[in-house]
Amino acid sequence: MLSIKDLHASIEGKEILKGINLEIRAGEVHAIMGPNGSGKSTLSQVLAGNEAFAVTSGEVTLNGENLLELETEERAREGIFLAFQYPVEIPGVSNLQFLRTSVNAMRTHRGEKEMNAAEFMKLAKEVSRQVDLDPAFLKRGVNEGFSGGEKKRNELMQALLLQPKLAILDETDSGLDIDALKVVADGVNALRAEDRAIMMVTHYQRLLNHIVPDYVHVLAGGRIIKSGGRELALELEEKGYGWLGIKEDAAEAAN
Amino acid sequence: MATTDKEVNELIKREYEHGFVTDIEADTFEPGLNEDVIRRLSAIKGEPEFMVEWRLKAYRRWLEMDEPDWAHVGYPKIDYNAISYYSAPKRPEDMPQSLDEVDPELLRTYEKLGIPLHEREKLAGVAVDAVFDSVSVATTFKEPLAKAGVIFCSISEAVRDYPELVQKYLGSVVPHGDNFFAGLNSAVFSDGTFVYVPKGVRCPMELSTYFRINAANTGQFERTLIIADEGSYVSYLEGCTAPMRDENQLHAAVVELVALDDAQIKYSTVQNWYPGDENGKGGIFNFVTKRGAAIGKNSKISWTQVETGSAVTWKYPSCILRGENSVGEFYSVALTHNYQQADTGTKMIHLGKNTSSTIISKGISAGKSSNAYRGLVKFGPGADGARNYTQCDSLLIGDRCGAHTFPYIESKNKSAIVEHEATTSKVSDEQMFLCRQRGIDPEQAVSMIVNGFCKEVFRELPMEFAVEAGKLLEVSLEGSVG
Ligand SMILES: Nc1ncnc2c1ncn2[C@@H]1O[C@H](COP(=O)(O)OP(=O)(O)O)[C@@H](O)[C@H]1O
Ligand SMILES: [Mg+2]
Repeated sequence: MLSIKDLHASIEGKEILKGINLEIRAGEVHAIMGPNGSGKSTLSQVLAGNEAFAVTSGEVTLNGENLLELETEERAREGIFLAFQYPVEIPGVSNLQFLRTSVNAMRTHRGEKEMNAAEFMKLAKEVSRQVDLDPAFLKRGVNEGFSGGEKKRNELMQALLLQPKLAILDETDSGLDIDALKVVADGVNALRAEDRAIMMVTHYQRLLNHIVPDYVHVLAGGRIIKSGGRELALELEEKGYGWLGIKEDAAEAAN
Repeated sequence: MATTDKEVNELIKREYEHGFVTDIEADTFEPGLNEDVIRRLSAIKGEPEFMVEWRLKAYRRWLEMDEPDWAHVGYPKIDYNAISYYSAPKRPEDMPQSLDEVDPELLRTYEKLGIPLHEREKLAGVAVDAVFDSVSVATTFKEPLAKAGVIFCSISEAVRDYPELVQKYLGSVVPHGDNFFAGLNSAVFSDGTFVYVPKGVRCPMELSTYFRINAANTGQFERTLIIADEGSYVSYLEGCTAPMRDENQLHAAVVELVALDDAQIKYSTVQNWYPGDENGKGGIFNFVTKRGAAIGKNSKISWTQVETGSAVTWKYPSCILRGENSVGEFYSVALTHNYQQADTGTKMIHLGKNTSSTIISKGISAGKSSNAYRGLVKFGPGADGARNYTQCDSLLIGDRCGAHTFPYIESKNKSAIVEHEATTSKVSDEQMFLCRQRGIDPEQAVSMIVNGFCKEVFRELPMEFAVEAGKLLEVSLEGSVG
């Protein structure tokens, strides 16, 4: 489904991704792990089309189509979804209005009829319960005054609502307590499907106790330095990144 | 400024050149202004003697006044002798005969605004058959109004039919010498609206110029007077939201509101005059004086405005809070794009005890535009226990526009309380990326973000207006991204 070949990307002249190679097939769950500052968010944002980053070389295709040629919104309509690590607030715009605009933009793209306010409300309420968010959140401004955990669940709710082909979840598990982590894990598992791929960026292996990935990749210094099955995550937990010759502190100091 | 003096004067002139009927002497005036012109104007309108004198007094006062130059706007000098101060309505045969003859750009905008076809024709100045739908609309509404005793007519009719009311209140809030443009308006005002709501009456419907048959053709110098007698309530909606793109002109209106004891007036405006093109050419100079006098105890005057049009806007809807416990409100959204310039705000003049006022101003600047909020909050010596709350927010789209805030506070009373909050924010790249990542078009994203920013003001608008105002922002912001 997604094919990344020797991808290089930089921001403000500084190269962050230094040759990423990755193949993700439909139905698979890939976990991307790695120390802070290794480029996990950068990879996620570049795939989604954030123009702040410049792709300097490499190739990315989605079902054979050149992804890098598409505008951000076109990629989204083609089924790429990004759950943000740090979701931004849009004051005064209700979550409900934002989500309906989004869902209808996708529907229009697929040649389907737009959903009216009542239809959408019903759907949104169902999905918000699925991630244990009070439907009252739908009426609040987008991420306005949400706690860290609420923002994450709100992101996951959007993935469930939009039913993307490729869901990129950037640390949707961080900053959550045990109960919330369980809710998020259930949500991600609900998202798993034959025709959908999930790329899950996580800093911790604990999420992988609940969501069993098909592959685990370790990203460090802008490169994937090791790939394996789920046992790689367990090994990492046991031995730390030092085991792979990565100085975690050094990586963080680079921030 | 991209326009030269000559061009502007040409543009101003163009209106009368096209509009008037050369072979009927009385229907058109040569450009120029003098006492004789004013006498002729008054005579044609069949005004009583007091009105002629009133106009002449204003004219003499105006001659001694200087055009203000303190506002944060720049425009070429206007030649007041190049303007014709009276022109008859366009002859049907001089108007476009069908929509096919109308600028397609204009039609596209109407379509986006969802204006019904027959309205579009009317707005575009198409010579539609004289039996407008609005004639029947107007008569339907006339009945419940008459039953309630509400007077709702053109100011010209009022001058003839209700001279006592007009004589008592006209100029009582905005006197002749108030400012240059108000002085000019007083001398030459062409038409406008008059409303009187009698004691204890709650006006049974929202009043709007839209429902008045001649609304589409009100002149460059409109005069509006609204009087709410004791314990009455009226909500008035001004301005057709459709862009009058064919008119390039100076627009110098005066609006006066008078609220007696326990009366309330709610005045809403959606202003979308032609702003000029993307290069700053053309557009309306909108120099308007709007003021309400809350003279009765417990009276309330509330202004809500959505300003998206005009090349240059100079406008400060204000409240004089004279009555004890009287309340003044000002809710404003002002959007500028391309080369538009707006200097707008309000004055809250607290004179009575326990008077209170609220100012919520939302300024949005895009393109190379300039947007200034200018507000005065004043407390007289008698304004014991008076309060004001001001919130003034600016939103920038792109980095070539400007936002300015000029708050003035004058207090002659120690017990008065003022609270002021101001913020400036940008439509951030992160917000845009979030919206686009969710499949939303950049233009739609900007309009959604801007609408969110304006929410506190939009909820003060009557329902249908709020919807239209939202759509209008969308149209006005076209081309502001990318
Ligand atoms: N907007 C930015 N401007 C400058 N540097 C950035 C920006 N975003 C990320 N970086 C840098 O790119 C590197 C990778 O960051 P990131 O992709 O966020 O890492 P991770 O998600 O793995 O913690 C870091 O050194 C970080 O400082
Ligand atoms: Mg990150």
